[in-house]
Amino acid sequence: MSGAAETMIDVRVWRGAGEGEYQAFTVPRRDSQTVLDVVTWIQRHADPTLAYRFACRVGVCGSCAMTVNGRPRWTCRTHVSKVIEDGRLEIGPLANLPVIRDLAADMAPFFDKWQKAEGTFVPSRTRHEPLERISPESAERQAADAAIECINCGVCYAACDTVRWSPDYFGPAALNRSWSLVNDVRDAGNLERLAAAASNGGCHNCHSHQSCEQLCPKGLNPTASIAGLKRRTMQAYIRGEIT
Amino acid sequence: MSARPHTTGYRGDRLWLAAMVHRVSGVLLAAFLPLHFLVLGLALEGEAQLDGFLHWTKSPLVKFAETGLVLLLAIHLLGGIRLLVIENMPWREGQKRMATLAAAAAVGIAGIFLIALL
Repeated sequence: MSGAAETMIDVRVWRGAGEGEYQAFTVPRRDSQTVLDVVTWIQRHADPTLAYRFACRVGVCGSCAMTVNGRPRWTCRTHVSKVIEDGRLEIGPLANLPVIRDLAADMAPFFDKWQKAEGTFVPSRTRHEPLERISPESAERQAADAAIECINCGVCYAACDTVRWSPDYFGPAALNRSWSLVNDVRDAGNLERLAAAASNGGCHNCHSHQSCEQLCPKGLNPTASIAGLKRRTMQAYIRGEIT
Repeated sequence: MSARPHTTGYRGDRLWLAAMVHRVSGVLLAAFLPLHFLVLGLALEGEAQLDGFLHWTKSPLVKFAETGLVLLLAIHLLGGIRLLVIENMPWREGQKRMATLAAAAAVGIAGIFLIALL
């Protein structure tokens, strides 16, 4: 920006943990600037004590999600031009998770629930047996795509009022993962997984707000996966496979 | 000092509103039901009691309130059918459109009821 006065952004950044306040910064506006660029500028030029988390900067690792103007976003791929309102940005930590400090949320409950939802692959063959051949065109293989692109960023979890209202609820990401495994013909853990999906923290909590789908940066639809789990758990219950 | 970060900007999206309308209409209908039973219970106290009340319900204000009741019933029914379809049948895209259609149809039903009253 040679000569001309720089355009500035009014940025308010959350400081503190559970209790805290927004701190105001003025950050120079740049072309193609992302929200993560803004946070990084503040840490490098205004306040080096600002705590936040990022790694890849290209939308792969899922570690940089924050709340931007009230909505959870992956900040490395969120352009300022898309979310700025009246020249202002308000940046906070992800919701529905404990705050470690400033913009860094504690992701431990998110991943604990992933385990509670039986979101881990249970192999049906040993390494000594041949690999199972699965047609990419098969309906099961295509259904298993539901969560394959999930980067565990926690945006859906932070956008879910059901998580907010029911602290035991596993949340969209864990149940989306569960649905992928339910459709994985190689997996041998479905009865335990469906029992978990039908438990108190499971799929039947979902109110189908679809905030998870609307805000998922990867364009996934956890609500559809959870609806699939509702159907499948009902069928398993009627057959007497789960109680 | 703010107590907590602001994190609920997603509220007010169309499907979030659909869930709220469904919940609030359900609560209001549940609140109405005991009143309905109370009125029916008047019949046990005699014909005159019930007829007296039913005469009062013919006033324009009560008729207008009945339109609201029809709106609540229709919107809760149609919203409930949308949810039953989501939860028991293969996923369909376009849920925002379905929720809007349910709301429009409910308003239409209530409107027809109101016109029939006039």
